[in-house]
Parts: sequence; structure tokens; C-alpha cells
Amino acid sequence: MPTYTRTKVAELIDGTIDRETLHEMLSAPKDLERFVTYIDILQERMSWKDKIVLPYGPKLYCVQVAATKQWTIRCECGHDFCDQSENWKLHALINVRDTQEKLEEVYPRLMAPTSTWQVYREYFCPECGTLHEVEAPTPWYPVIHDFEPDIETFYRDWLSLPVPERAAA
Amino acid sequence: MNVDIHANRPVAEDPAQSSDSVIGIVRGGETLKQHRDRLMVATKSTGHYAGLQQLPLRENHPILYNKLFSRLRAGIVNARETAKKIAASPIVEQEGELCFSLYNAAGDCILTSTGIIIHVGTMGAAIKYMIENGWEENPGVAPGDMFCNNDCLIGNVHPCDVHTIVPIFWEGSLIGWVGGVTHVIDTGSVGPGSMSTGQVQRFGDGYSITCRKVGTNDTLSRDWLHESQRMVRTTRYWMLDERTRIAGCHMIRKLVEDVIAEDGIENYWKFAYESVEHGRQGLQARIKAMTVPGKYRQVGFVDVPYNHEDVRVPDYAKVDTIMHAPSEITIRADATWRLDFEGSSRWGWHTYNAHQVSFTSGIWVMMTQSLIPTELINDGAAYGTEFRLPKGTWMNPDDRRVAFSYSWHFLVSAWTALWRGLSRSYVGRGYLEEVNAGNANTSNWLQGGGFNQYDEIHAVNSFETAAVGTGACAMKDGLDHAAAIWNPEGDMGDMEIWELAEPLIYLGRQVKTNSGGYGKYRGGCGFESLRMVWNANDWTMYFMGNGHVTSDWGLMGGYPSASGYRFAAHNTNLKALIAEGKPIPLGGDDDPENPTYDALLPGAVIKRDKQAITTEEMFADYDLYLNYLRGGPGFGDPLDREPRRVAEDLNGRYVLPRFVERMYGVIASQDAEGTWIVDEAATKAKRLEIRKERIAKAQPTREWMKAERGRILRKDAATQVQQMFASSFKLGPRFEAEFRAFWDLPADWTMLEDDLEIPSYGAKHHMDISELPDVHVVQFVEE
Repeated sequence: MPTYTRTKVAELIDGTIDRETLHEMLSAPKDLERFVTYIDILQERMSWKDKIVLPYGPKLYCVQVAATKQWTIRCECGHDFCDQSENWKLHALINVRDTQEKLEEVYPRLMAPTSTWQVYREYFCPECGTLHEVEAPTPWYPVIHDFEPDIETFYRDWLSLPVPERAAA
Repeated sequence: MNVDIHANRPVAEDPAQSSDSVIGIVRGGETLKQHRDRLMVATKSTGHYAGLQQLPLRENHPILYNKLFSRLRAGIVNARETAKKIAASPIVEQEGELCFSLYNAAGDCILTSTGIIIHVGTMGAAIKYMIENGWEENPGVAPGDMFCNNDCLIGNVHPCDVHTIVPIFWEGSLIGWVGGVTHVIDTGSVGPGSMSTGQVQRFGDGYSITCRKVGTNDTLSRDWLHESQRMVRTTRYWMLDERTRIAGCHMIRKLVEDVIAEDGIENYWKFAYESVEHGRQGLQARIKAMTVPGKYRQVGFVDVPYNHEDVRVPDYAKVDTIMHAPSEITIRADATWRLDFEGSSRWGWHTYNAHQVSFTSGIWVMMTQSLIPTELINDGAAYGTEFRLPKGTWMNPDDRRVAFSYSWHFLVSAWTALWRGLSRSYVGRGYLEEVNAGNANTSNWLQGGGFNQYDEIHAVNSFETAAVGTGACAMKDGLDHAAAIWNPEGDMGDMEIWELAEPLIYLGRQVKTNSGGYGKYRGGCGFESLRMVWNANDWTMYFMGNGHVTSDWGLMGGYPSASGYRFAAHNTNLKALIAEGKPIPLGGDDDPENPTYDALLPGAVIKRDKQAITTEEMFADYDLYLNYLRGGPGFGDPLDREPRRVAEDLNGRYVLPRFVERMYGVIASQDAEGTWIVDEAATKAKRLEIRKERIAKAQPTREWMKAERGRILRKDAATQVQQMFASSFKLGPRFEAEFRAFWDLPADWTMLEDDLEIPSYGAKHHMDISELPDVHVVQFVEE
């Protein structure tokens, strides 16, 4: 099983990795220690010290708040959306493109969807304005709670890592 | 204990062992049905395929096991590569739309070739149908037999995927099967082309063959040859495709005979079952190695815009509807998983329905590109996955009239969502190289027919679609005009070959600007071909793709890819324009909002709109048809895209300049030579400004929900949206309960198809194939 240096994992995160190493990463069995290296690199880059428990996106994380041990969903800027058990999108800002005019700001006329069939929902961080997700459902569609990881099992049983302490929400 | 895969050996709690009076054709003396029954009982009782809790050949003789694996797999791939040269159809010969698979006696796939590997499951389903319906007694299964199948009611994807299935015998006993499939260019359906749109029932889908014995002693029957060649428009392609399949099957049969002669029947026999359990265990190991346990929810949609003058179908089918495919993936602590499609919409009067086997088997085409990227593609992964597809939905219809000819329209639009689910795992674990925001909608399909440039009855289906854009990754852009989800080795094909196969001259072929989704990493762009009809007679064509709906969402801040539209021009006067040397439309339709073709065609009848699905329409020489192949979705916030990459997009014409500032916050201008240069300082300021604008314009999600709830209470939505929810509520009570709970709807709020002012044929009255006499359907999923 291959292993990769911290530098190579950092280059992967930054999209600057060389093709040969990338090809090996794609074709060889996965390196189990990647998670620890990855989290460590991300942690070092944050402006805050609370522990990253699991990345949810390029700028979105489940973190353990050091002071309270609560697990929250946090933007890279430091804004906490909500407890990890909740759907962070319900605590975000939303911009809904539900008219032809709004959709054609994104794509040229004819290449944008038709607003009576489909809308775009853009979910932003209320503090820094980062776009964390775009949903494109029909009108009326419930906000999707897309990811509910079983983090305890992942740490304890799959990676043999200590589960970060967690206080009740 | 290990359950034995041989007959006539003690197997605990095995009911099949008690009925041994019948001597069957399977090695060891069982009938095909007894053999399969025994394996399925053992599989169910142990959780291991065929009860194989240990793999003695693999564990005790690993070198021999791997030798068998490598030799068989290489031989199967070789058979595909060799046989495809027999085909004349560019779909097979250029695009590689064929596949060969080797099966054990029970019809479970051991190994498969490259190509359209969705058929791992579909040809196995055909074998299992023969087993469960007594083919062994009538019409009989003997050495040298050949069976043909393309029946979608028993597991095929669509009728144009035609199977040839050949049993393999050793010393007089059946030891397995080999299947070959090609995508034929025409099935004799209502409209010409392999994936036509004009019919709304199976009876219009064209020639349908149910595991028919078409040859004995390695020779095709004359009645079959005479009948089949006149059932389709493209006779020569049909016959050469069949020879392609037979040649490949016979090469693989010979390969198996050679392997057995060298390594022994006992070792081959063990391999034929252990490899399936190996595949099942392999999937479980990869799930644990790559994902995060938990629940993942996602949804796919695509439009069926049939309430339009250019869709010529019966009144009851002339309705606008939306395909709905919500999915919940559950990955358990033991690394097993379940995919539940509760809430999916009903089948419909169109050609986009799918059988449960094509729906599940096709998912392995996806998984081989990330979760199980090995050469061991077999039925093991299927045995390692629990699927729930509610009966009556479009992916598990409950009516034998349903049409399937372009099931991929729904399949690719449903599966694209699964990429997003899996990618959340990969982002979580740091396997960023595996992330894929989604696949592109594999369209447009340029299809039609009539008399071609050789003055023959002809049909076309341009497989340029095999090279749409791919979704963005978490560390690089998607590939431009590169591949299709249904064939990982897809290719757009050479223009010169298409011009030989179709009476359509290229006036342009280029990147489809702005078709990929925006993002930190953008989706791959598709491409477009402008075709002029030339030397055709009595010619028709139609469009087939997404239009009102973008089926492929972006991921984690990336945008969906662009949606589709059509452009066609009749009465173009191009003959005179060319003779006079005047400008004519050439190249791409760069910006459909500001078109350039149209002004060059004064007096022409132009169809330029969102109606991206049509039925047969007459085309004359010099008429134009734009074939727009879609792009893939993006990943990450577009404001995080490196400005230099945006400049490259501008210079490569992957994005229109007016969207660059708005979507990427990049300020760029052209130098004296026309090269785009980024103003870094102005870009930084612009991006800050956009972030502030976003916050100022947006509202808290819960505030928006109050207004949206009001729209639901007022039933303020287009009919197609209401129909979609009504259909999903009826088949998915849990989906309805969750919808009601989310929006806090009062008990007296209902959404029923009966209350909508559109026809709902099929909603109440339907009849499944299982209700036909003497038919035993094979159940593959939880319903």
C-alpha cells in the first residue's frame, strides 16, 4: 500500500499535485493514513484552533468547539452554522433563482433551465458570503439534508482513532 | 462451514437436495433450476455468495487463482477488441458499444470485458430468466446453441442492446455461459434510430426477442435470419453486429475450453463461484477503505416536455412530466450498504422507463470509475448491495406496456446524484482525487432516417454523445468533451466516419462554450456539431436530450452544468448561398442568446427553443441540425477559482466573457493580440464586492421557507411539478410523510393526480408481466 508525503497531500488539496503521483493515488489501493495527514494540514491552515472532526466541503467542516466540546458545522471563516446533528443549510443564507431573468444571469438564454421546471438555490455563509452549496430542484422541494455521517463509528471502528469528545447540543 | 458448490454433496438445510430424481444438464447432474435455487438458498442463509465462507482455491492456491483470473479476463477483453472489427456500424466499431461477459452455470457473472459493462447484469438476468422458466426442457439447452435476447421486461436496458448468449459445456455438462451485446443502430421501432421517441408503448419499441434459440450447432437458423433482417431498417449493420457477438462468444468459449484443458475443470469450476464471492468481499473492503459510514441523500430530475406540437404522440401521453429519483445511501458500520429510491416517480408514456436490472447494473458502470476501479467486474458487487426500488416507479414498472427505448434519459439523470453522495465521503476522508461532482446528461441524440446517400433505407444515431463533458473533481477541472457515463471508454468518433455513415455534412464541430458548470474547478464542456443534410431522401430527424431541466447539479458550491436547447433550420436557401459564395453558418452556436446563424439564413424556418425532445420531423437537403453535447457540473465556489484558469477558459472559448465577471468575479481584458489578461487587483476587489452582494441579496433559509410553504399551500406551481409530487406521493408514502413534515402541511392539504387537469392513464390500471400465464419473473431488488 503506498504512502504519500505531507507535501504531496498538501499539493493534492491545492490542486497542484504532479500527474504521476495523482495517477498512483487513483490506481493504487488507498493509503489509510491519508485522513490524519489531511486533517492535520487543514487544521494548520485555519485561523481558529478548534479541532476539525470531519471536512464537509472545501470550506466547510464539522468541528469540536474547544471550550464546550460541542460538534458544530463551521465555515472556514469561523462562522458556526449549527450543531452537527442539524442541516446546516437551514441556518444559512439562501438566494433562490426562480425566475427566467435570475437564471439567465448564470447561463445564456436557452442554456439556463426553465424556472417553472427547476430553480437554483444558492446557500451562503452569512458572515463571509462563501457559496457552500447549490441545489437545483423543482419548486417546492424540501431542503435536502444531504450528509449525516456516523463519525463515531468512522473514528473508532474504521480508522482505530480516538473519537473526539462530544458534548450534547 | 463452507457450502459446497457441487451437486450431490451434503448441504445443511438445502431443500434443493431432496429432488434428485431429475438428471439435469449442469455439471454434477443438477438441473439449471436446482443449481440456481441451491446457490441462492446458500447465499441468503450465509450472507456469502453460494455459501462460500471460505475461498479454498484463492486462499490455498493464490497463484493459480490469479493466473485463471488474468488469463480469462485478458481473453475476454481480447475477444471484444477482435470481434468489434467485424462490425460495420460505427456505434460498435468506432464507439466501442459492445461488451462480453462470462457467467457460471447459475447465470452469475464471473468476469466481463471493457465497454458497456452495464450488461454484466442484463445478460445474467436473461440467463436467469431462461433458468427460472424451464428453457432446459423447452426449447432445450445444448452444446452449439445460440440464444438471442433484447427483452427489457426481463432486464435489458433498451431494445437496441441485443444479446447473444451461448452455453458452455465440458464433457457433456453445462459449466457456464458467455454473453455478448452490441448496441444496434436500429430496432425497427416506430421512428428510425436505436433510441427513438415517437412511441409510448413497448409495442412501438421495435423488434423484441425473449431469449429465443436462434441457432444450433453453431449455425444460425434460416428462419431467424430471414425474419430478423426484415424487422429492422439497417439490415447490414444488424447482421454484422450479430456476427460480431457470435465471434466474441465463440472466442471466449474456446478460451474457457483451453483453460480447463490446461488447469482442470475442478479448478475452473471453483473459480467460477469463488470469483463472485471475491467480488462481493472486494466491494465491502473498498467501501470501508474509501467512504465514511452514515446516510447520504440526493435527488435527480429530468424533464419530459411532451405537451408540445413537435412531440407527436397520443393525447394521453401528451403531458409535461418530470422524472424524480430521490435516493438515500446508507453505509453501515460493517461496510455493507443499501440504496433506497423511495419517493421516485411513476413510469410514464414515453420511452425512458427502465427495468430494475438495468437500473442497478448500470450503477456498477459508475462504481468502476471510483469505488471499485478493478478488473474484477462481476456480479459480486450486486450481491454486496441492497437495492430498494418501489414497484410501479419508472425504474421498476408494474405494467408490461411500458416502452424503454431511451431508458438512459432517466438512468443517467438519476445516477448523477449518486456521485455527489459518494463524493461527500471522499472529501471527508481526503481522497480528493476520487471526487466527481456528477456526470453530464449524455445528450443530444441526433437520430432519424430515410433514404441515405447510398439510396438505401437507413437509420442513424450519432454516438458523438459518447464524448460529453465530465464533472469537476475536488482538485481539477472536469474533462472537456471526453466520455459518457455509460461507456468509460467513450469517444466522439471521427467526422469522416460519421459523414460516411450519415447523409449529414459537418459545417462545424467545436467546444460548446459555457456548457460546463462553474466552480473552483469547472465542469468539462461538451461540444457541438452543425450538420447539413446532404444527399438524403424522405429524411426525418429528431432531438433527444434535457432542456427545461439541468439534470446534473454541482457540488459544494459548484454550479449545475448548462441545460439543453435545440436549433434546426428548414428552407435555408443554402444551395444558392453556397453557389453565390455568400457567408453561411459555420462553426459553433457560441452564444444562443445572441445567435449568429439566423441572420445568415433569411427566410428560413428556424426552430431555436428549449424543446430538446421532439419526434420525427421532415428534413430536406440543405436543412441544418445542431447537435449540442452537454457539459458536466462544477465543484466549489466559483469565486475561489484561480483567476489565471479563468483567463485560460476565456482564451480557449470555454466561457463567454460576459459571465466571467458575474460568476467568477474576475476582471479581464484583451490585449492587442486578443489574448485575455486578468487584472489581479481589480479581481480581488470584485470578489470582495460579490461576497458582500451575496449577503445583502440573500435571506435566511427559514424565512424563505415561510414564503415557499405559502406557495405549496396555494398549489402555486406548474402542472408538471404538481404531477411529479402527486405521482411520488402515491408510490412513496414515506416520502410524502417527510414532505408534509418538512413543510408542516395541514392534514387537509392533498396532492392527487386525479385533481390535476391532465390525463393520468396508467396511474390506476396496470398489469405486470408476472400476470401472464407460465411466466416466472426473477426478483432482483426489494420492492
